[in-house]
Amino acid sequence: MADYSWPIAGSRTTIGTDVTRIDTPLKVTGRAAYTTDVQAPGMLYAVTVGCPYAHAKIISIDTSAAEKVPGCKAVTVIQKPGTEIFWAGDDVVAVAAVDELSAQLAAKAVKVQYSELPHLVLDASPHPPDGFAQPMKPEVQGDPDGAFAKAAAVVQATYSMPVITHCCLEPHGSVVAWRSGALDVHISTQSVSGIVTQMSKALGVPASKIRVRAEFEGGGFGAKLAADRWGLAAAQLSKLAGGLPVRLIVNRRTEQETGGCRPSAYGTIKLSADAKGNLTGWESETWGTGGVTGGADFPVPYLFNVPNQRKQHTTIINNIGSARSMRAPRQPQACLLTMCALEDLAAKLGMDPLDLVLANIALTGPRAKIYQEEFSVAAKAMDWTKRWHPRGKGSAGPIRQGLGLSFHTWAGTAHPAACSLTINSDGSVAVSAGTQDIGTGTRTVMAIIAAETFGLQVGDIEIQVGDSSLSSSAGSGGSGTVGGMGSATRRAAVDALQALFAKIAPALHADPSKLKAAGGKVTDGQSTVTWKQACAAIGALPITARGVNPGAGALNDSGVGGVQMADVSVDVETGVVSINRLVAVQDCGLIINRKATLSQCYGALIMGVGYALFEEKIMDQNLGRMLNPNVEFYRLCGIGDIGTLEVHLMSGKGYDERGIVGCGEPPVISPGAAISNAVANAIGVRVPSLPLTPDRVLAALGVPS
Amino acid sequence: MDLGPGPVSIQLNVNNQAQSINCEPCLTLLQVLREKLGLTGAKQVCDRATCGACTVLVNGKRVYSCSILAIDAQDAKIETVESLAPDGTLDALQQAFVAADASQCGYCTPGFIMSATAFLADNPSPTKEDIRKGMCGNLCRCGTYAGIEEALLSMSKTPKTSAMATEGRKRG
Repeated sequence: MADYSWPIAGSRTTIGTDVTRIDTPLKVTGRAAYTTDVQAPGMLYAVTVGCPYAHAKIISIDTSAAEKVPGCKAVTVIQKPGTEIFWAGDDVVAVAAVDELSAQLAAKAVKVQYSELPHLVLDASPHPPDGFAQPMKPEVQGDPDGAFAKAAAVVQATYSMPVITHCCLEPHGSVVAWRSGALDVHISTQSVSGIVTQMSKALGVPASKIRVRAEFEGGGFGAKLAADRWGLAAAQLSKLAGGLPVRLIVNRRTEQETGGCRPSAYGTIKLSADAKGNLTGWESETWGTGGVTGGADFPVPYLFNVPNQRKQHTTIINNIGSARSMRAPRQPQACLLTMCALEDLAAKLGMDPLDLVLANIALTGPRAKIYQEEFSVAAKAMDWTKRWHPRGKGSAGPIRQGLGLSFHTWAGTAHPAACSLTINSDGSVAVSAGTQDIGTGTRTVMAIIAAETFGLQVGDIEIQVGDSSLSSSAGSGGSGTVGGMGSATRRAAVDALQALFAKIAPALHADPSKLKAAGGKVTDGQSTVTWKQACAAIGALPITARGVNPGAGALNDSGVGGVQMADVSVDVETGVVSINRLVAVQDCGLIINRKATLSQCYGALIMGVGYALFEEKIMDQNLGRMLNPNVEFYRLCGIGDIGTLEVHLMSGKGYDERGIVGCGEPPVISPGAAISNAVANAIGVRVPSLPLTPDRVLAALGVPS
Repeated sequence: MDLGPGPVSIQLNVNNQAQSINCEPCLTLLQVLREKLGLTGAKQVCDRATCGACTVLVNGKRVYSCSILAIDAQDAKIETVESLAPDGTLDALQQAFVAADASQCGYCTPGFIMSATAFLADNPSPTKEDIRKGMCGNLCRCGTYAGIEEALLSMSKTPKTSAMATEGRKRG
């Protein structure tokens, strides 16, 4: 059987090096074609009519006036009279017209009558009115009351982080043509192959008649795994318009209100330790909302299996819009609640939080040793031991500096993936798959692995992704794309190379098992030919091989950890928090493209600064709507907000042998907690809620508003 | 001048080419570039002058093309990202973005490129602080700022250190 295992350290030429992405030239020239850039002959423009109420029943829909608007070509009812609507902005009707202005006029002419129902869009109380809460059963482990009674120190406080939105820069949308019983779909998606199945089921079109494409995708972060009402409505409108392609791209307001959000988290946490700092008891009442779809539970206490626990969680089922998985779902919430309580306990014990964490590291289970190593790297980078000061005991001026820490874990399991690889007789190599590149660097990863296997350059490999007519692969979620596509590509490349060796061995009078491909040549140590000369022997039919991710084993694995430390300054007169430095130490198994891996870590840190300091989906209970469904009042992190970022990747012996483990998500878990802890260390009091805006900082300091 | 509301004829100078377009006067420059001229490098994201994804140059200055009307841009020289590498050869700034991995999903990238083009024309040797002030009108959701800063510092006539204090740790 062929040996698919990764080349060992020292023999790798390309894997693990800093490789420049092969598709960036298309992005810097504006030539990369996203769904929003697709122009098709005869294309119609669709606009949706959303429900203005957070909770309502549709009484009647009258589309007759809309149909008469000049240029209007199709009207489809998405949700029929009698349907209950659970969030403002949910789509009820869609119209398609010859241009956007006509479509907007037609949408305005649609008349929908609603009967309003009681709504809730807030989440600050774990005990909302009847019908809005789903309490889960309390869980008890050991004797928490006994632990608290005997403890040397107990802290109790409430912490929270609000609902935030994915805020993808490319909004959700598609261009769909439904003609002759077949669907041709361009859609901004993280799941090219998965959309086929979804649309087939929803529209009754055989999967074999559906082609889905997403050559480039402008951000997903977990919000773009489904065809959504929008994709299905575009298809229906196209069918009604006789098969003309229909473009349905949602506007910014819809994207922010309904295009995806991350559940909130609140928790009243009680945590205790003995005099040596050993954690003894945990008690938590937690709650949060992800709208009507749930997903607002999270694993506390995070990482530490505190011996004695009592915990109870309530999911608030309210009318904010539906939550979607967002970059490491459930983890940032659990991490914030746990790590904040931990540093508060350290402060009460008069301990350095790093000492408290390390004293309890065995409670984190099998990853304890790696965390220890990562803390040691992070502490050195931050010069923690020298620079850390007890809470609130730094400089006395108006600018207070502080340090905070946090750590995290994530599975990063490789997802199901398949690819097709071709070696042509001219020496060219092509690899294709129905996967997608959402900023992951998928294309480059596949090219690196093929190039490594064949002893070629990355630029010698042609990659095609983003088309469901290619080998089916899973959606990009759970940080599984690099592991999945990487493993599939390796297997296909090894098989194709064996086939090539078998073909050329007779001419070289060589034993095919002795042949190796390296440095653009094929050799058995005695006879040597160039790659091109070798491929010339292929003949009329190219060599093709299919590679499938075999699952966890030699090529990929699950489970990574990371440690982060934050250095902040807080202006106690204005309440403004600035990031001085963030240090992130992350393990991620075998690194394929070091440059892109670092970029993922930087990007996650920056997204982390965003949700720590700025981001919040602000809801108004009277209106039932989001007050900041835009980008100027839904503030993202800017280039001036990031401080200095330092990323250390744990690689080499002891890490590489595990194969690939995904790392796109985990570094986004810790920044909220690390930054909140650093602010508490700086100003001497805890700011209990994210984002750490000036008003919240001043309120925590007791400055009257 | 015919101010509509129906389509009127407007003349634009885009990437050194005269363009005659029939369009409603309510259309923004961004809508006309994307929908009428097929220049889809500039992107519509916030649609209200916050994120910079639609940045183009108007008489050499950075402008949010979502926030001016095409009809008001008639006497100006308009440059879009498509003007920078007409034969496919990347200019120095584009190459610097590629080398520094200053793009992930890439949706904000054309806006950043145009913004940085004008920024560097005004300040050929920017410091880190200059970049953080001068490039704050563009937003990225993937978080490519460290790469962007490195790209711009590499363009600087006097090289400086970047925000990315990268030191990937190797064991064994």
